[in-house]
Amino acid sequence: MARQEMARILQNECIALDTYSLWLDCPALAREAQPGQFVHVLCGEKTLRRPISICHADALLGRITLVYAVHGEGTAWLSRCLRGQQLDVLGPLGNGFPVLEKPARLLVVGGGIGVPPLLDCSLRCGAKSVDAVLGFRTQAQCILEAEFERKCASVTICTEDGSYGVPGRVTAPMEALLQQGGYSAVYACGPVPMLNAVVQTVAKYGVPCQISLEERMGCGVGACLVCAAKIRRTGTEDYLRVCKEGPVFNAEEVVFE
Amino acid sequence: MNLLNVSLCGVDFKNPVITASGTYGFGKDYTDFFPLERLGGISCKGMTLLPRLGNPPPRIAETASGILNSVGLQNPGVAHFIREDLPWLLAQNTVAIANAAGSTLEDYVQNVEQLAQSGVHMIELNISCPNVREGGVAFGTSCANVEKTVMAVKKVCGAKPLIVKLSPNVTSIVEIARAAESAGADALSLINTITGMKIDVETHRPILRNNTGGLSGAAVLPVAVRMVWEVRRAVSLPIIGMGGVTKWQDAAELILAGADAIQIGTACFTNPMAPLEIIDGLEAWAERECCGNISELSGQVRAW
Repeated sequence: MARQEMARILQNECIALDTYSLWLDCPALAREAQPGQFVHVLCGEKTLRRPISICHADALLGRITLVYAVHGEGTAWLSRCLRGQQLDVLGPLGNGFPVLEKPARLLVVGGGIGVPPLLDCSLRCGAKSVDAVLGFRTQAQCILEAEFERKCASVTICTEDGSYGVPGRVTAPMEALLQQGGYSAVYACGPVPMLNAVVQTVAKYGVPCQISLEERMGCGVGACLVCAAKIRRTGTEDYLRVCKEGPVFNAEEVVFE
Repeated sequence: MNLLNVSLCGVDFKNPVITASGTYGFGKDYTDFFPLERLGGISCKGMTLLPRLGNPPPRIAETASGILNSVGLQNPGVAHFIREDLPWLLAQNTVAIANAAGSTLEDYVQNVEQLAQSGVHMIELNISCPNVREGGVAFGTSCANVEKTVMAVKKVCGAKPLIVKLSPNVTSIVEIARAAESAGADALSLINTITGMKIDVETHRPILRNNTGGLSGAAVLPVAVRMVWEVRRAVSLPIIGMGGVTKWQDAAELILAGADAIQIGTACFTNPMAPLEIIDGLEAWAERECCGNISELSGQVRAW
């Protein structure tokens, strides 16, 4: 159930170039959040809330962690918020990553600010072991490496400019892992060109793939039909709601345009 | 005595606050926040005769104190609405208003024919959608078209009250309002969104894939207040005012300008509790004004 909570900021710190980690005290929301879901955050006087994926929800401590990039006025406002301040958040919202039917090997592939929601996936989707391939533009934008290291059997970091880890994009290291076989699912989140490449590569290996999409959003609860993603189901193409049927979709159904 | 009860075209509303078409779905998506029976009514997402895919995304852009949208009437078609969504809505104990759109006159007539035989309490005729290539606003921007459309639709409306939703994208909304009244409209709702555009200066691309969209949110309130005021003086039909209502004072302005009820749209995106806060604020205001019922305040602006 979605709720509106006034969440106290426990911490809001810069963890990489233009990237912040925000801890919020919101027990009810933290209890219900599933991996891959998001919260809709009111940013000052802005008309539209900002959808931000949940990086980690801790039901015991009653808090959630959001990792967000400063893109515009809303997220810039958010980055200036201080510990102790209250934030108006709606959530948990959307359809997250599915829990695996039986414990098996999971491959998570993230790009840039698409990396954070995959952390909870690695922790809470019932995988026996997780390998992570995380891509960034440059070393200064690399995030959450230590957190993934703690939970994953292997973590491969790639940078497009070669400043850290494996030079280049995520596709080649991901394909090397897929060739070894044994994965029961691939979960991915990142920019559309990356997702498109990931989906095409994963398809060659016949592994089921789930991807999390991003779109400019309005209400966040499914009412306004603004955040449309083209989805092919039972032969017909339809615009489904990223905030409701998504953000996580079965990769086979997503129509890249 | 209930301060907020209002009656429009013989339909009783427990309060004059209605959620606006296109912003609230069929109500179901907002049930997590409060019981829908608290609302005066719900104006449903605009329906067309046949299903519509809508426009490609991005469909929304933020502007100063507002938003532009270009959803393009994505909907599952009126028959699907009547079969799948309406029964649930009718059980929510609030006034159910269907919003009907079309690309041709024949579409409008067949659409409304089906709605007239359904359980909806009122029909809002959408001749003012700015985001579809054919029809929509084209039916609402000339007096001749408004008259023709309203007359044809009214014939098949049966006993359902017909609200005609007006576009602000016209030279004289008063002339359009008069045309709707003379063609048989039972009530008017105004304003739909104002056509606008936003450009990304780095990419030189409009933010909206549709290039242009409809402006709503706090930015449009003064335009809505002015138009309601002008229309109030020109026609005697009930008026449902909307455009940029985010707090009870905005709703009160529309009422003083001449609205009998108001709709809330964009405000729910910012604050899902906005309708309840506005209902409570209006009630306290009506009490302070010492009137027996809020309808006594309609049109009571003391214009200079």
